[in-house]
Amino acid sequence: MLATALIVFREVLEAALVIAIVLGASRGISHRGWWVSAGIALGASAAGLVALFADVIAEAFSGTGQALLDAAILLTAVVMLAWHNIWMSGHGRKLAGEIKEVGAAVQAGTKTLTALLVITFTAVLREGSEIVLFLWAIAASGGHEFGMTLGGFTGLAAGILVGVLLYRSLLFIPIRHFFSVTGWLILLLTAGLAAQAAGFLNQAGLLPALGSNLWDTSAILSQSGILGQLLHILVGYTARPSGIEILFYGVMLVAIFTLMRINGRRVHSMQQRQPLHDRTDTEPANS
Amino acid sequence: MPSHLVPLLLVGAFTLSPAAFADTLTAKLTIQNRRFTPQELTLPADTKVKLIIHNQDVIPAEFESYDLSREIVVPGHGRVTVYIGPLNPGRYNFFNDFNHAAQGWVVVAPTADKGN
Repeated sequence: MLATALIVFREVLEAALVIAIVLGASRGISHRGWWVSAGIALGASAAGLVALFADVIAEAFSGTGQALLDAAILLTAVVMLAWHNIWMSGHGRKLAGEIKEVGAAVQAGTKTLTALLVITFTAVLREGSEIVLFLWAIAASGGHEFGMTLGGFTGLAAGILVGVLLYRSLLFIPIRHFFSVTGWLILLLTAGLAAQAAGFLNQAGLLPALGSNLWDTSAILSQSGILGQLLHILVGYTARPSGIEILFYGVMLVAIFTLMRINGRRVHSMQQRQPLHDRTDTEPANS
Repeated sequence: MPSHLVPLLLVGAFTLSPAAFADTLTAKLTIQNRRFTPQELTLPADTKVKLIIHNQDVIPAEFESYDLSREIVVPGHGRVTVYIGPLNPGRYNFFNDFNHAAQGWVVVAPTADKGN
């Protein structure tokens, strides 16, 4: 029972934390609840389908089909999260102001809401299909049905609870700092997911490892412990990372951060009706 | 929605790189009666290995390793491929994430002529 609960908890946790952060980052955007719910529902349905066709997927592309699917799902999430974060870097300030003044939800374009849906969808899809297969594995191996059901629901509830707690804790952050905190959270999360995608492409033999274990911190912080796992989900912590994972992490981090800064300045200077200075905004313009 | 296509294109571009397939060794790992056989898989150092995992049980399993950063579901009676390495000498734990009683190790011995 406990083993079932723990494994389901870990899978649910991963999706729940991603959804909690994304819900935080989209605070103040109207109708986001509907789009996130639709993402969860669609993700759960698709997870069932992926589990059902697990054998077909597994044997596709000479037995690397699943790793390729995982990589594609992760990269889709990376693109959407990056896009959302870059968009928010321009709109966060305005959103924060409106939440503070009127407390009312802000209309956002369907692009933002679609990104929310896709991010939620990919998070639920990836973890959901594993949960379905795992529960089936337990059922097929003659486990106690009652214990399994109880364990499954306990794990699901505990995972959702941690997600809700994270979301609630985020709301304690003062509104003027709120979107820069969620921006950083999404930035690190996205870099971690990109590193995971690189790991799957390397697992499928499509990318070189560039050094299998560049360092080993498993003695200091094991990835099988709860803290190691939390950090793995949130910031992509890996105890024994390969070179390609570090490369993807670093490139993604720098690329998204740079685009966020550029977009943030562009939108801000447009709002201030000031000319855009290419170099720095502390230096006075030479004219 | 065109941004959906971006990951697929990325994957597509990487499949074209022929260097990824050069000089690999094939090794086999079997899951039978909910255990890994062999439980200790000895592999050479500094070599890329194509590991074929065959699940002879009806029950799906998930081959997972934090040490190797690998994770893959192996359906009942399924056969999957996982590339690992090139590895440094050492012991690398792996397990069945659907049944943690099933544990195993990849053992990479130091290369004799290097004397380490």
